[in-house]
Amino acid sequence: MSSTVGPDAGPPPAAAAVPSEARTARNERLRLLLRTPTVLVGGVVLLFWVTFAILGDRITPYDPIFDQGQDVLVGPSWAHWFGTDNLGRDVFSRVLAGSRDILLVAPAATLLGTVLGTAFGLVIGYFRGVVDDVISRVIDAVLVLPVILTGLVVITALGRRSPVIVTILIGLVFAPLVARTVRAAVLAEGELDYVQAARLRGEKAPYVMFKEILPNVMPPIIVEFTVRLGYAIFAVAGLTFIGLGIQPPSPDWAVQVFEYYASIDPFWWATLFPALAIASLVIAVNLVADGVREVYER
Amino acid sequence: MLRYILKRLGLAAITLFLLSVIVFGLSQLLPGNVARAVLGQFATQEAMDSFNHQVGADRPAIVQYLDYMRGFVQGDLGLSLASEAPVWSILEPAIINSLKLAALAFVIVVPLSILGGIAAGLRADTGSDRSITIFGLSMSAMPEFVTGIILILVFTIWLGWLPVTAQWDEGAGPGTQIKHLLLPSVCLALVLFGYIARITRAGVIEAVDADYTRTAYLKGLPTHTVIRRHVLRNALLPTLAVVATQTSYLVGGLLIVEQLFNYQGIGLQIYLSAQQKDFTVLTSGLLLLGVLVLIVTLVADIVYGLLNPRIRFGSAE
Amino acid sequence: MSATADSAAPALEFEYLDVVFRVRGKDRQVLRGVNLAVGRGESYGLVGESGCGKSTAALAAVRYLARNGRVRSGAIRVAGKDVLALSASELRRLRANDVAMVYQNPGAALNPSLKIGAQVAGSFVARGVARREAGDRALEALRRVQIADPSSVLGRYPHQLSGGMQQRVIIAMALAKDPSLLILDEPTTGLDATVEAEVLDLVSQLQAELHTSVLFISHNLGVIAKMCDRVGVLYAGRLVEEGPVATVLNDPRHPYTVGLLRCIPRGGAHKDHGRLDTIPGFLPQLGAEMPGCVYADRCPLADERCVAEEPPLAEVTPGHATRCWYHELAPDLPRVMAENIALPQVSREGVPVVRFDNLGKVFKQRGHEVHALEDISSAIWPGETLGLVGESGSGKTTLARALLGIVEPTTGTIELDGTPLAPSFTKRSQDDLAALQIIFQNPDSALNRRHSVRRILLRSLEKLAGVKGAEAERRALELAERVRLSERTLTQKPVQLSGGLKQRVAIARAFVGNPSLVVCDEPTSALDVSVQAAILNLLVELQAERRVAFLFISHDLGVVRYISDRIAVLYLGRLMELGAAEVVFSGPHHPYTEALLSAVPSIDGSERERIRLEGEIPSAADPPTGCVFNTRCPRKLGAVCEQEEPPFVEVEPGHWMRCHIPIEELRRLQAAGAPPAREAVAVVPVP
Repeated sequence: MSSTVGPDAGPPPAAAAVPSEARTARNERLRLLLRTPTVLVGGVVLLFWVTFAILGDRITPYDPIFDQGQDVLVGPSWAHWFGTDNLGRDVFSRVLAGSRDILLVAPAATLLGTVLGTAFGLVIGYFRGVVDDVISRVIDAVLVLPVILTGLVVITALGRRSPVIVTILIGLVFAPLVARTVRAAVLAEGELDYVQAARLRGEKAPYVMFKEILPNVMPPIIVEFTVRLGYAIFAVAGLTFIGLGIQPPSPDWAVQVFEYYASIDPFWWATLFPALAIASLVIAVNLVADGVREVYER
Repeated sequence: MLRYILKRLGLAAITLFLLSVIVFGLSQLLPGNVARAVLGQFATQEAMDSFNHQVGADRPAIVQYLDYMRGFVQGDLGLSLASEAPVWSILEPAIINSLKLAALAFVIVVPLSILGGIAAGLRADTGSDRSITIFGLSMSAMPEFVTGIILILVFTIWLGWLPVTAQWDEGAGPGTQIKHLLLPSVCLALVLFGYIARITRAGVIEAVDADYTRTAYLKGLPTHTVIRRHVLRNALLPTLAVVATQTSYLVGGLLIVEQLFNYQGIGLQIYLSAQQKDFTVLTSGLLLLGVLVLIVTLVADIVYGLLNPRIRFGSAE
Repeated sequence: MSATADSAAPALEFEYLDVVFRVRGKDRQVLRGVNLAVGRGESYGLVGESGCGKSTAALAAVRYLARNGRVRSGAIRVAGKDVLALSASELRRLRANDVAMVYQNPGAALNPSLKIGAQVAGSFVARGVARREAGDRALEALRRVQIADPSSVLGRYPHQLSGGMQQRVIIAMALAKDPSLLILDEPTTGLDATVEAEVLDLVSQLQAELHTSVLFISHNLGVIAKMCDRVGVLYAGRLVEEGPVATVLNDPRHPYTVGLLRCIPRGGAHKDHGRLDTIPGFLPQLGAEMPGCVYADRCPLADERCVAEEPPLAEVTPGHATRCWYHELAPDLPRVMAENIALPQVSREGVPVVRFDNLGKVFKQRGHEVHALEDISSAIWPGETLGLVGESGSGKTTLARALLGIVEPTTGTIELDGTPLAPSFTKRSQDDLAALQIIFQNPDSALNRRHSVRRILLRSLEKLAGVKGAEAERRALELAERVRLSERTLTQKPVQLSGGLKQRVAIARAFVGNPSLVVCDEPTSALDVSVQAAILNLLVELQAERRVAFLFISHDLGVVRYISDRIAVLYLGRLMELGAAEVVFSGPHHPYTEALLSAVPSIDGSERERIRLEGEIPSAADPPTGCVFNTRCPRKLGAVCEQEEPPFVEVEPGHWMRCHIPIEELRRLQAAGAPPAREAVAVVPVP
């Protein structure tokens, strides 16, 4: 006879029934991420650039800013793998060191935008009604014009160009985009019964928003963050390219393109290599972002 | 359906209004320096004040706004502060040029990205799917000037197939124009490809996994019929719904691409007017762009409503 | 039927069918050596709970398996043809001509972007009919499934039709092929009782006309009893018992079947008579590894032999086979719920827990006024269960919400323990909130996926019972034990728990503050039958211990009858009848109740004569004048029913009704039998 039956047994005290893995969801996701080849490739490239962003001019063959030489605008050679620029600086060293500024500005802007956007999205998604209608309209209006245009106008108006301004600007412009995504997620989540259950035990709005709903909408927020990061790089590079973002003499890649694109013929090396560096970073970030999304949406 | 259209129109109107306030507000940040920019660094305070008075920049913001909007609606956009030419005469050719560029970009990207998305969706999780998806993904946040530089180097400088700048001579035929516009529009198209392809792919996958597709197969219909009549019809609707966001990216791309290729479009014009602090041109330029984007969005929404039976016919219950 | 089919061969045959699904690199077995045959013109029911593999079996018959599924071994034959050996075009022809399928969710099974006409015609085109002719045949097909005004339906889109109508369209498409085999996979789950009865009647009728063989898949034994000749019981992918329906249901010979039947409240079962029996343990996961008998770990009769060796399917009597070493002992299976608990009497003196008076709710929807509730008055006493019964649009959910304060009534008052209650819960005190709680239908959405069970309970204890710290920990543990959750479960998150366990957590949470009334909104509808019994028992126990009152909403009349002391019947927002459970069920009852009860298929096969209701439930935005039921009432008196709404009066002590027919007259009429059908029962699409 089975030992599960006693006089007043009923179902025995439950052992964990359904999914047998005891691992937490987070570990599972991490493992899955690390198994995806595209994520690994992207991650390696990212790591490479981050390393150089941190170590920067300490490990480049030449100093990217100050090592100015006689060989001006000379093409790629054994001495200078990527050639030299108009001040005789080694383009290879400049390219290696050029990741720092963008890797400071873009994540900071994305973080700012994500935090602000999440807060907004939570509020309008939870309260709905008039608040939602009004703010959504404003968000729609702000989003009509692309970030580069808004950036153009604001930065020119302010007259000062600094990475901090760019960071704040991009963060502010991204906030509505993030808010929209968060709002959609919060609306869906708010339909679920546990939210109702929370309100029915007297929980106040801030508690429900931040303690009940927010943990459940983290996945789309994380995905949104990684996607926005790619676009932040895009936006910072774009603004720098038209002269409004990071400024010379920084070896930032977009600055280099900004300085030399008019003379692309015949001095192609001064623009091609920085452009390729940007490309590699963008691809890397996007690959990682895609992997993160796959893992969270499974 | 009518209610849907009216609602969309209403929303568009509100958005337009808010946009005009924002744009006007933004450009109001500038005029403090207008006089200085126009008159030069050594202008006296008197000269600046009189200039500001002349152009009406010293009136309260609300009055300026209303005045401006009245003019805008009537088609009178005022005079450029930098050149005193009518704003419209500056913007009109620029807009037309940009429209040509944008149109070419759309013509290139829409069919390719939709086909790409369908191919990826139907072969989900296979090699071709991964390639298309990764390609689209990589391109979607790639700054246009990066792709631009590479394309220029390859096709113009090294291969010499296409012209360097996007300027053609007067009276050039459409063929020549397209040749000049090809590189910049490809740059724009690449950015848009990724997102459209991804949405289409998602729509296809959802439709393929749907119950109604199963019904179609179990009726004994051949695969091509099922894909055509059942899957694609439903898969492409979400794509249409996101056209609006794409227009916004396109506009941003215009600014970069026109700069890179030195193309006299509205992006370049806005850039110049911002540099020159020419706020009449700037305000009108931004607002016109906004109007264009809103119109495209509105049309896309209405077409979506027409194609989606749930909206077109409403529900019975 | 297909000319090339072998007319002697069974319509469908599975021979030692093994189907596996590849999940994360491992093969998981979903169907284990299934052997069954559906004879010509026969109706075979396949029954089982979730995860048993019945849907996979249905789809395997037409070789439509998910991308990661495959047939590992065995054979599938339809009308003698080897399905697995067919080429792609032959398979298509099989699907177009020989086998038809009707699905669970008819709305999702129809293409939302194509008109009905195009979709139905598609079935004909697939058979090679010319497009022009296919249109006419489509019209004909809709007429055959008794859709009135078929030409208007042809021009509509799926979302413009009701659930019942959509299912009719699917049936029309299925029968368009004149198939030799019709497979129905839970075709009426999710439909209202009266609509379900209509659809089932239609299927029976058409089956009789066309002599189609039917494979009917369901978890609902009552439906199987009504519709099928033979039945097979599936557990963990294995066929454990098979035989004629009456035999298997009345004389089951497998411990699982016995257990299953005991879980279901049958006949006039009521909680006063005893608790429902339950099946200990848990349903196996899809594709779990199982040497030996698949049921061994839950079976009271199991021993080492059962664990080690799988019993073969052996005949008990001709035609009745079972897969058990000890099948002779099965009928006397020891009961799990041996003792009965004493249920205290409900006293209706004194102050009721909840009293509501003239409750009404009007919603504004796109310019229409929707009368979701109208003139609802009653009371619920401590320790009693008021069952709430009604179909879609009846207002039962709105009533529950109004009591809880989620929805503010337009008219009327609510009193809790004698004192008026604020209409919106945001204005109620914490004590009031603790006193009125709810258990939701869907255990997945009722608990926050990110919070551990412990956190859920502790937080509720803090807010509703005002306890924190060590005291709260103690109480949480106590509650968990009370609802039979192990201490380990406290540390887990909802996603790690089964449906039944999650519902227990939800129940524990509701009881944290010692509520006076708990609204149970379809608490067991999303659970399997065997799990349901345990939850119902738990609720009854808690009621006995704490004298809590329940407002029990369910569409399952057997469950409602079991657990309720009194029952209220709602139709289109009005109370039609209210009385003691027995009285409402045995009569004399309101004509609507009468029709509703006749629509529910019972396991015992004791058929009430079916009363068919004409038409569909009217829209609440535009209710009929007079008595709202008059448009469909089979016992309509005449003009008075159309002009005057009958008041809700006490026709006998404790029995209230809203009908113009006096109760004695009803008693006489209903004793005489079912009323004659009003007209040809054609279903009119709502414009």
